[in-house]
Amino acid sequence: MKVKLPNPGLDDRIPSHADLERMETEEAGDRPKWDNKAQYLLTCVGFCVGLGNVWRFPYLCQSHGGGAFMIPFLILLVLEGIPLLHLEFAIGQRLRKGSVGVWRSINPCLTGIGIASLMVSFLVGMYYNTIMAWIMWYLYNSFQSPLPWSQCPLNANRTGLVEECARSSTVDYFWYRETLNTSTAIDESGGLQWWMVLALISAWTLLYVCTIRGIETTGKAVYVTSTLPYVVLTIFLIRGLTLKGSMEGIKFLFTPDVDELMNPTTWLDAGAQVFYSFSLAFGGLISFSSYNSIHNNCEQDAVLISIINGCTSVYSATVIYSIIGFRATQNYDDCMGDNILKLMNAFDYAENNITDINYNDVLAHLNHTNPNIIEGLNLETCDMNKFLSQGVEGTGLAFIVFTEAIIKMPVSPLWAVLFFVMLFCLGLSTMFGNIEGVVVPLQDLRLLPRSWPKEVFCALTCLISCLMGLIFAQGSGNYWLALFDSFAGSIPLLVIGFCEMFSVIYIYGADRFNKDIEFMIGHKPNIFWQVTWRVLSPIIMLVILVFYFVTQITKSITYLVWDQEAVVFPTLEARPYPDWINVIIFLLAGVPSLAIPLVFLYKFIQMKCCKKKDYSDSTVDTISAKIQMGEKMKF
Amino acid sequence: MLGKIFFLLCLSSAWAEDLCSKAVPPEAYYVRLSIKTALGDKAYVWNDNEMFLFQATLAFAMRSQFSGQEYNVSNIVVCDETPRVSFWFVVTSLEDPSRLVSRGDVEQAVRKSRNRINSAFLLTDQTLEFIGITPTLAAPVAPNTPPWLIVFGVVMGAVFAGILVLLVLPLIQKKRKKNQPMEDEDSDEETQVKTAENGPERSGVYNMSFSDDDKFTQM
Repeated sequence: MKVKLPNPGLDDRIPSHADLERMETEEAGDRPKWDNKAQYLLTCVGFCVGLGNVWRFPYLCQSHGGGAFMIPFLILLVLEGIPLLHLEFAIGQRLRKGSVGVWRSINPCLTGIGIASLMVSFLVGMYYNTIMAWIMWYLYNSFQSPLPWSQCPLNANRTGLVEECARSSTVDYFWYRETLNTSTAIDESGGLQWWMVLALISAWTLLYVCTIRGIETTGKAVYVTSTLPYVVLTIFLIRGLTLKGSMEGIKFLFTPDVDELMNPTTWLDAGAQVFYSFSLAFGGLISFSSYNSIHNNCEQDAVLISIINGCTSVYSATVIYSIIGFRATQNYDDCMGDNILKLMNAFDYAENNITDINYNDVLAHLNHTNPNIIEGLNLETCDMNKFLSQGVEGTGLAFIVFTEAIIKMPVSPLWAVLFFVMLFCLGLSTMFGNIEGVVVPLQDLRLLPRSWPKEVFCALTCLISCLMGLIFAQGSGNYWLALFDSFAGSIPLLVIGFCEMFSVIYIYGADRFNKDIEFMIGHKPNIFWQVTWRVLSPIIMLVILVFYFVTQITKSITYLVWDQEAVVFPTLEARPYPDWINVIIFLLAGVPSLAIPLVFLYKFIQMKCCKKKDYSDSTVDTISAKIQMGEKMKF
Repeated sequence: MLGKIFFLLCLSSAWAEDLCSKAVPPEAYYVRLSIKTALGDKAYVWNDNEMFLFQATLAFAMRSQFSGQEYNVSNIVVCDETPRVSFWFVVTSLEDPSRLVSRGDVEQAVRKSRNRINSAFLLTDQTLEFIGITPTLAAPVAPNTPPWLIVFGVVMGAVFAGILVLLVLPLIQKKRKKNQPMEDEDSDEETQVKTAENGPERSGVYNMSFSDDDKFTQM
């Protein structure tokens, strides 16, 4: 398709190929550079591989047909993820600017895309670092034995355990009461929890010290933060495989259910997971690749990083489910043990008369002879599948299920420290990309004086995000975070991603883009890239966006609440949001998405009405005007 | 003397058998032992000797609680032993074997010496159960300073030190560079004064148009 929208003046706004060659040899030192290729790759891998690989992908895999989920995931990875990744890398490397700069160079009317990326990066960074604060809180609490989430505290008159803890479990109590001190509704603020504020401050200051000078400092930090998670995952895999019941978990994860492929939600979830997993449309990847040398092979990088991201998802799913299998087996054994004990005590059988193997027969026999007594015992049904599917997504996985598994392992504090250090590194390297996606556009937008050093921009970003992030340190903070997660990080990203692809292919021009890539890496992108960039990827993103939008609008929005008074306690209860939440949802999802058309209109009107005063067209077209005078005169 | 003792023993055992055949009196406590659960492979077999030990430890508990009153094994009457290893027992009073010690007194005695009774049988509160006597819960260990504050302090200290170093170091380097160019300029002037010759320094491009290669033109 040779469709191209008119785009006058493009050549004046972007450096030409000759300019790029000159800049490459001259080493104009204004722009930061990567020390080596490894730093660049580790930073991109760290940005892409995040908490979602550990606690979102395993859940999706298991709930959408296990091994069969790999098929939609891999197909959409190849058709949607890799093309968009290659596009972002290539355009950043070619135009050598951050996200706002890139879109402004292509056409000033498109600055809105960069601004939308900035807003989304800011909002997502705000709540993502709160999760980091929670991880750090748990990390700080892991340096003691016994672990604080393994015991219930005693009640006031020391006759028994605290009621909330006795009715739920020690890990639930530690998470909902001692960590979050959660209120019962999103409108009940509950006040600021001082320990959470401290954890939040520590998370933001630690992030600041790592990103203080941009890639100079993060480039050193990623050597640790991007590699340590793999080491810890391997340690956990070895430990997990030696535990009883781990193979149950892995089998549960990978057992294929081919019927799930007929379900459209499976494909939708796979597409959304590929999109969010690659951290596309945040602007950070464009920024990172703009620091590359001009002839860096961005095609190879895109494919390599996609493969690493996919493999990491599968690897971490295996590790997570081996530990989940262990926990489920422990819970199942405890459940059976309880039932057997009740039976033995009621009928005074000798110990070891009833075992797991003959339990069912004995129960049937006793039910026959003494049904009344059996009824009075309140025996629980022990279902292995139920234990395997409990709370295995999101924060529930990390802070409830996994912590419970850890306290059942010997030398628990060691495993707790390792696990939370791994989560911390995964989250920190993603935050590097977020900060890059906020600070660089801020500098490009020239809202603040240019002479201010990068340290000040970074400090301002971290300070403002920390102050605004205090809403997550309230009693109702958990509910606010779930709200941000559902709306700030979903629809706007899809909109931005679609607009990015459309702008590069149809406004910048696919032909020009192909020539640029040929100049940069030496050969023209082959038919696969052409087809996916022009047709397939935009269509896939549009479909996902429309379906997402429709499902969000049609279903009544509820949120899960931890309430002792609720009937279903200790499971979370679904409650509808109050009405004023719709305003917040609009601010989160609507404002970044609407920034694109609004800025487009603003710049368009500005161009049209100010054209009469624009004398730039009437410059004399001479040779001397085209000669670039460098700052250093060489004699 | 011996005859009297024999008579009392026979009487008490007769009373004991009598007690067991009647209904469970209100002063009785049920006891349940889960030896195999607690000890696994190292579990011992429950037999009459173990039962004798139980009676003896309970008599010890009664003696500790009520000092001066010399309870004996014969005062602890055990009935209804099951294969589960559960039974009920009562404590007969010293003065009158037909009277039973009240529940409250027995409970106090058991609570006071619970640890000793448990360790005599290598069991815990959960595996040696006195139905009706709830175990007193041990308070969870709570150190004075929460450990997390200590780790938090260490991390924050490291972070602030890092920020200081990263902000102050470039300023120091800039100051050093300002001092160094002052020295470089001095040395440049000296060299400029010294070397005015054209000698071996070939900083220019060698211009080939005036080379001697074509001195002898080829015919």
